[in-house]
Amino acid sequence: MAQISIDALSTVYPNGVRAVDGLDLTIADGEFFALLGPSGCGKTTLLRTIAGLEQATSGAVSIGDREVTNVEPGRRNVAMVFQDYALFPHMTVSENIAYPLRVRKQPKAKQHEVAERTANSLSLGHLLERRPGQLSGGQQQRVALARAVAIDADVLLLDEPLSNLDARLRLEARTFLKRLQRELGVTTVFVTHDQAEALALADRIAVMESGGIRQLGSPREVFRRPANTFVANFIGSTPMNLVDGVVDGGQLAVAGAKMPSPQALPDGTKVTVGVRPEYLSLTTDGIGITGTVSIVENLGVSSLVTLECPDGTLIGVTVREQDEPAIGSRATAVPESGRLLLYSKEDGTLLG
Amino acid sequence: MTGLVLRRIGYTAFFAVVLAFFAIPMLWLASAPFDSKPGLGLRWPDWTFANIQTTFDHPYALTSLVNSLVLCTLAMVITTVLAACAAYALSRVRIPGRDALLYVLLLLSSVVTGTAAMVPIFVMMYQLGLINSQYGTALVIAGGMLPAAIFILKDFMDAVPRSYEESARVFGASPGQILLHVVVPVARPGIATIVVWSFVQAWGNFLLPFLLLRDIGSQPAAVLLRTLQDEGGSANLTVIPVFSLLYSIPVVVLYLFVSKRYGFRFHGGIKS
Repeated sequence: MAQISIDALSTVYPNGVRAVDGLDLTIADGEFFALLGPSGCGKTTLLRTIAGLEQATSGAVSIGDREVTNVEPGRRNVAMVFQDYALFPHMTVSENIAYPLRVRKQPKAKQHEVAERTANSLSLGHLLERRPGQLSGGQQQRVALARAVAIDADVLLLDEPLSNLDARLRLEARTFLKRLQRELGVTTVFVTHDQAEALALADRIAVMESGGIRQLGSPREVFRRPANTFVANFIGSTPMNLVDGVVDGGQLAVAGAKMPSPQALPDGTKVTVGVRPEYLSLTTDGIGITGTVSIVENLGVSSLVTLECPDGTLIGVTVREQDEPAIGSRATAVPESGRLLLYSKEDGTLLG
Repeated sequence: MTGLVLRRIGYTAFFAVVLAFFAIPMLWLASAPFDSKPGLGLRWPDWTFANIQTTFDHPYALTSLVNSLVLCTLAMVITTVLAACAAYALSRVRIPGRDALLYVLLLLSSVVTGTAAMVPIFVMMYQLGLINSQYGTALVIAGGMLPAAIFILKDFMDAVPRSYEESARVFGASPGQILLHVVVPVARPGIATIVVWSFVQAWGNFLLPFLLLRDIGSQPAAVLLRTLQDEGGSANLTVIPVFSLLYSIPVVVLYLFVSKRYGFRFHGGIKS
């Protein structure tokens, strides 16, 4: 059990790519922490630098009170689950789980006992003598987790732990993973490119882009108030509406409509107006953005309605299935109070 | 209809001839050792075990087989161990011109231990004082096989996912442990292939032991076979069939053992 402190960390590859670029981050003891970002944003490199598999170019990594920047991975007391699980195909499940103890030269009896106990707690007890090749994807993932938790590591690192599972299994594994982390209370860092996974699992999320953190916060904060247009775009299963607007006499002119501005800004300020489809409701009148219903996408319990505004802007609105409007009808999208966000037109940061 | 029948007959006859062509030497090997008057032709044997006794009484027959076993085991162990280490290093470390190096080695290897290098090798081994030495000969044979062995093994090493090694490393395994616990077992089918291949190559090698082992007491079976003559100078057909049979057994046994025990295949694993 330990906290992780990362101080001005940079990891530069020999070809000059700055995968992690002067990053500061503190992950609290026992926290379930997500590194989220598109591919190539440096999240995996950051995780691997914490593990010691990549050498930091500058800056420092500390686990607990100990600085580990130049410590061998095997001496950091971290455990890691790889994207492909990296289970040794020639060892049985039991041998795989006990491998960290074998490396630590623990007696055979102890190895066996720990393997059995860990396997039972992850309901793998009946599979101890199988080989990884004879297991399903979900079982392999749990064996990899069992191996990682068999030693009481200070930190558990998970690299895209759910991405190799099919969609159905992924949901089960997600719940399982969250419960396991709660029970163990071990500081856990996981990497994902799936925003839904990060929102569902993590206590806190760091949204990363080109080697730096764009926003750090709880899933709720990151979802409700994205700090910039990059995060706004990235988070949410239906994309956030980001529309150009301009402040005009305390009013907000956006997509041919006028609305009260949520903030007092000087006249003529150009902004990007952001509002999630989930925070818009569709009415026939009201103060909002009016347009013609052009597309309706069924999302199961709800539908994503696309409004085409007179100036060509497209606005997405989520409505309940029974409120689905007819295609071609006119409708107004009214934002819930406090859900309209204004971003600076220049650098995309959240205003106010 | 008759055309079809004729064609079937034609096919069958053709394959019977081809099959016989390959089967007759095998049948000779099975029957001649137990024939009281073995010849070069194939015939139903006049059963006897006297030839075996004669062969065992030959002063060098059994010694040469033991020599062969020692020589080939040495060459096989040297080749496999060095090739595994070299292939692993070449697979993991990026050095400029790595592939070119491998191809040049492979090209040269066929020259280095071939007929062309006969004289230099002899002179070199003579000056090193390694003539009549099993170790020296095994080294030269292994040297000739190494490039091809490295070439084959590197492909197997490339196929060992890096995440396996990294995983072991995070759990605290030393480089030696990673190699022994993870890389070698996962690359085992490749290593098994090299074990059998190098043993068979060394077992059948005539030229190098003939050159470097001048003392008849240290010559392997492949060389001794050439000297199995009777007093008149013609082939000793009492000893040769039995000796040939004994000579062919170890290779077959090795193949069967390795194939059954280690398998030239991959154990499970997952997509990555």
